[in-house]
Amino acid sequence: MIVVDRLTKSFGDVQAIRGVSFSAPDGKITGLLGPNGAGKSTTLRALYTVLKPDSGTATIDGIDVVENELEARRHIGALPHGAGLYPHLTARENIAYYGRLYGLSGEALDHRVDDIVSRLGIGDFVDRRTKGFSQGQRTKVALARSLVNEPQNIILDEPTNGLDVMATRSLRELVRQLKTAGKCVLFSSHVMQEVAALCDDIVIISAGQVAIHDSADGIREKTGCDDLEDAFVRAISMVKE
Amino acid sequence: MFRLIRTVFAKEVLDHFRDRRALMSALIMGPLFGPILFTVVINLSVSRALDDEAKPLELPVIGAEFAPNLMRYLESENIVIQAPPESRAAAIDAIKRGELDAVLVISNDYGDQIAAGTPARIEVIADKSDEQAYRQARRAADALGAYSQEVAVMRLIARGVNTSIMRPLNVDLIDVSTPSGRSAMLLGMLSYFFIFAMLMGGMSLAIDATAGERERGSLEPLLSLPVSRDQLILGKITAACLFMLLSLFLSLSAFSVALNFLPLERLGMTPNFGPSVVVTAFFVMAPFVLLGASLMTLVASFTKSFKEAQTWLSIVLLAPTMPILIVSLLNVRTATNLMFVPSLSQHLLLVDLLKNEPVVPLHVAISVCSTLTIGVIVAWLCARLYRREGLLG
Repeated sequence: MIVVDRLTKSFGDVQAIRGVSFSAPDGKITGLLGPNGAGKSTTLRALYTVLKPDSGTATIDGIDVVENELEARRHIGALPHGAGLYPHLTARENIAYYGRLYGLSGEALDHRVDDIVSRLGIGDFVDRRTKGFSQGQRTKVALARSLVNEPQNIILDEPTNGLDVMATRSLRELVRQLKTAGKCVLFSSHVMQEVAALCDDIVIISAGQVAIHDSADGIREKTGCDDLEDAFVRAISMVKE
Repeated sequence: MFRLIRTVFAKEVLDHFRDRRALMSALIMGPLFGPILFTVVINLSVSRALDDEAKPLELPVIGAEFAPNLMRYLESENIVIQAPPESRAAAIDAIKRGELDAVLVISNDYGDQIAAGTPARIEVIADKSDEQAYRQARRAADALGAYSQEVAVMRLIARGVNTSIMRPLNVDLIDVSTPSGRSAMLLGMLSYFFIFAMLMGGMSLAIDATAGERERGSLEPLLSLPVSRDQLILGKITAACLFMLLSLFLSLSAFSVALNFLPLERLGMTPNFGPSVVVTAFFVMAPFVLLGASLMTLVASFTKSFKEAQTWLSIVLLAPTMPILIVSLLNVRTATNLMFVPSLSQHLLLVDLLKNEPVVPLHVAISVCSTLTIGVIVAWLCARLYRREGLLG
């Protein structure tokens, strides 16, 4: 469960987010949707604690991300935008390294790594060095790495960027599995169709503020647009008015 | 706390050992560059200097027929008289073009002048800017000077004068340097090669901690793990330290071997660089690794990319030479207060070791403590900078 309350963050004179509030419950996929530069990544970075918000609060399973950042990180698996692997290590070593940094070791670690490898279906290339992996393979390994501690909350920043159709489909399938397992998944994208196809709840964010927070049908209703793309554009313009 | 640092350390070491290119520059290029360069340069210059002494000097002489006695004297001094160019002007041209090293010109009234006891004019023509040629010319001039001295003595004896009045002073320069001491002047420049090897050994790891991780996109996920940034940076700095120590050891060993191939004994030098000195030098130089690794990590953390970091770090490679250079120019001797300066204190202690002079334990203690303290301070600064948000770029 992720709760964000009136979060703000500025970089110099630029206000990246100005009072973002929403919540993402367990067992649901929440989509964070917005145009480029709307503040999606800044919000997510504050949630996985690499940025400190200027004001407002955010909690992960009730743990404050500012006051108790190390403990909050234990409850998150984060896949930042464009996450990279260590090219000289094998996929398995990449995953195990994160497992160790999460505090796992010995048989428990091996077991977790084997488990995540079979669940993500990456067994074919898990013992190869990651240098030269395709974008799809890299994304899967990066996802496996952040899921190795079986976190309750999963934050994915534009994970489908640069993936082909097949890789995108299999990633969506994985995200649905996480939802079925009762996890809280927070997923950002700038593609309306993708969010609509996958997410239970959609948070449309524009110019650093939440424009609308509802289901896909709710958004159609509130904006009065049947077409999702029109609804998206309408929602964004609502902020500016 | 320590388990996580160890995890980061182990991963960095494994990662680095697998990166062939980085490993090449860290453990082969860095440590071997110095010894190889040194061996080649010293071997060339030493063997050339020794060859010049032994080889007869071939000297074209214009007007040799006017001074038969002088020619005989020169031949006894291992100088071979050769047929000259047809004129003085032709000789000067040939020397300017570098075809001849030196030419002797004897004027046709040489015989009359010698007989009259007036100074006889002899020219040695040479190009002073050509060092090799000028050395030959000096050999000829020295031989002429000796001949001149001999003739002067004979003239005085013929006039019944005691020849010792020609020497009001009897100057004797007494050289007290030991053979090891003489080699130390030459080997003093070695300390920089070792510092260079150390820095090369840890360079790519130091860059990787910030600019490298960022460029690869692996920094952000790493920072979202339940590990403090202090632990991450400490694991990375210690991994860099390990490679720097390896590189230092390889470099010292390579030198120890390379010195066997140098004809230093023929120059009257016996370098004191056996296995025991290698081990002692290793421990004297080792404290520098923490400072070196932290300094490189610190500089790299301000850069945007691996390439940019490499550019800046090549300046860091030169920084430790500054104190060594200044002290060499001022010809300062080992003193207690200099032991507080990192890189300089290692240099001075190493020179003492090579000279086979006793190393003062207090000096070693100050050098180790001061270098380590400054290293810890810079490492702490790195950790502070690693907490910045700007780190993400």
